[in-house]
Amino acid sequence: MKKPRTMKLSLPEEELVGSGNLACQGCGATLAMRYVLKALGQRTVLCIPACCWSVIDGPFPYSCLGVPVFHCAFETAASTASGVKAGLEMVGDTETTVVAWGGDGGTFDIGIQALSGAAERDDDILYVCYDNEAYMNTGIQRSSATPYGAWTTTTPVKHFKNRPKKDIAAIMAAHRIPYIATGSVAYPEDVYKKAKKAKDTRGTRFLHIYAPCPTGWKSRPEDSIKLARMVVQNCVFPLYEIENGEKYTLNIKVKDKKPIDDYLKLQGRFRHLTPDQIQLMQEEVDRNWQRLLKKTETSG
Amino acid sequence: MKKVIMGNHALSYGAMLARSQVIAAYPITPQTQVVELLSEMCADKTLDARFIKVESEHSAMAACIGASIAGARTFTATSSQGLALMHEMLHWASGGRLPVVMGDINRSMGPGWSIWTDQNDSLSQRDTGWMQYYCASNQEVVDTVIQAFKVSEQLAIPSMVVLDAFALSHTYEVVEIPDQGKVDAYLPPFKPQVRLTPDDPHAFGGLTSPEHYFELRYKLQKDMEKAPSLIEKTGREYEKLFGRYLGLVDDYLCEDAEIILVTSGTAGYTARGAVDDMRKSGIKAGNLRVKVFRPFPFEHIRRIVKNAKKVAVVDRNISYGHHGMFFQEVKSALYGYDNSLPVFGFIAGLGGRDIMPSSFREVVEIALAKDKPEEEIIWIGVKR
Repeated sequence: MKKPRTMKLSLPEEELVGSGNLACQGCGATLAMRYVLKALGQRTVLCIPACCWSVIDGPFPYSCLGVPVFHCAFETAASTASGVKAGLEMVGDTETTVVAWGGDGGTFDIGIQALSGAAERDDDILYVCYDNEAYMNTGIQRSSATPYGAWTTTTPVKHFKNRPKKDIAAIMAAHRIPYIATGSVAYPEDVYKKAKKAKDTRGTRFLHIYAPCPTGWKSRPEDSIKLARMVVQNCVFPLYEIENGEKYTLNIKVKDKKPIDDYLKLQGRFRHLTPDQIQLMQEEVDRNWQRLLKKTETSG
Repeated sequence: MKKVIMGNHALSYGAMLARSQVIAAYPITPQTQVVELLSEMCADKTLDARFIKVESEHSAMAACIGASIAGARTFTATSSQGLALMHEMLHWASGGRLPVVMGDINRSMGPGWSIWTDQNDSLSQRDTGWMQYYCASNQEVVDTVIQAFKVSEQLAIPSMVVLDAFALSHTYEVVEIPDQGKVDAYLPPFKPQVRLTPDDPHAFGGLTSPEHYFELRYKLQKDMEKAPSLIEKTGREYEKLFGRYLGLVDDYLCEDAEIILVTSGTAGYTARGAVDDMRKSGIKAGNLRVKVFRPFPFEHIRRIVKNAKKVAVVDRNISYGHHGMFFQEVKSALYGYDNSLPVFGFIAGLGGRDIMPSSFREVVEIALAKDKPEEEIIWIGVKR
């Protein structure tokens, strides 16, 4: 007789993101929330500024989330979360994890002042930025997280984005906060582990999660996980942690670094690029990768 | 206990006696002493509160909103440009039905840079759904902060307690500091009906379709309409405990007055003195100081000016292309009730130019000399 086979689950079964939410097909932001909440559990409150997730959650009076949500103004995810944390403590709840959950526009652009303020004060909040590399909720406008070369509705093909993506992890590291990590939705266990670690760390923690957006990237929904894996394998979005702003740890040590060409080909937003422009992008990726390797080798 | 304190510290004492639990604030002249004293109170545990030293007024109000939805009593203070920067969040606090209480020191808007008083900062926020109290003494400031928390928490509507830059913020007066035990009896701990907690998860402020939004705003207005009677009720309760009534208006010698000055803030006290002087020289003047601007005390205005022959509204503010804002409101209160009563609109004291007893005498002389106003705005003390 054959031994019955059981599947070993690498993540808890408990789901705090319900079905019936309003996400597009292949939405990375939804997966990011799903994995992070599996790690944080029910004793969590979310502050969500204007972003895709203010729609995905569902309109009043509905919410697809099993944790309470405060929808806050666009630039206030961090400052609202700081207030929520202080308020909860003053009414006797010191245990709940207070999360600011924003997109890249709300984090890299309009919300960076409040984020910097909270980080400088080392307020006890977890800030999660799910990064789909443009203002997707308003209809694909460039943000400072949009990578070089990308088409958006405000960086049309004839005038595509000619500046690189802002290095948000380095900006946060400069605040010397206790914990920073990058994640990608193709690596759920890694995201889970980092969210868990963030939950158990006091002070300001920052997670930067790569979240593909088929609608905005002109990619196929079924390619979202593939893109989220390729972006790590080609070192465009490496997975690493920074402790106390100084100690860098690389989580996926890429041995056979892939060129970026195949990754770009799957996304309509890069279709217009010439081989020369792609070469420029490759060189930028290589430089960033070498810089990161150096930091991981010399730190800790 | 009596203390000689500045207006700014009167705000701090009010916030302390109300047992504010979370304070988030950013410094701006002439508000700084409010938060300096509160910082000290938090540091030496005179006040058991968390003080979040935010990086802007916008974040100050956002943090107050976060703390309030978590169920804590919250306080902040600002002025002028800082209040303007908060504008978006003022809507968020009232729309979210969060009873934040804020002190605003009336300071003129730049440019040119001015740190001196006028009311254009707070009156530019009149449609944000906040209650607004304009104070005329440091005693009134302490008392009003405590009352404002009570009214705000019962109605789930935020309040702004307003005082003039320097004329009150930096002026030292004798203030009776209310007894903490009595304040606790007057103002019980904040217990909101719903709050942000994993024990009872809800989503607050999500996308609201035309199916629901209208009713949320209707309810805000309906609750705002309850405020005048609640302010009077809580004002009388306050009077029982502390001997000082806190109402919507402060009318002085208006019953038999032929001409009534309508004033606000510290200019209202100057006007009171001017009325005394004018009475001595045979002019039957009265002074109606409007304390609560939002909700506007329509009925009180109508009742108090009923027997007067003329009304002269003195505004330390202007709605460009229109009139002074108290003038607008007084006219709208009378419209359809007494259209024959001449109401004169004066503007004085912008950017902190002094409003003197002689300014009010000038106002009264102009109004008495004419049957009805011939100009949309009559300017007092402007160099032309």
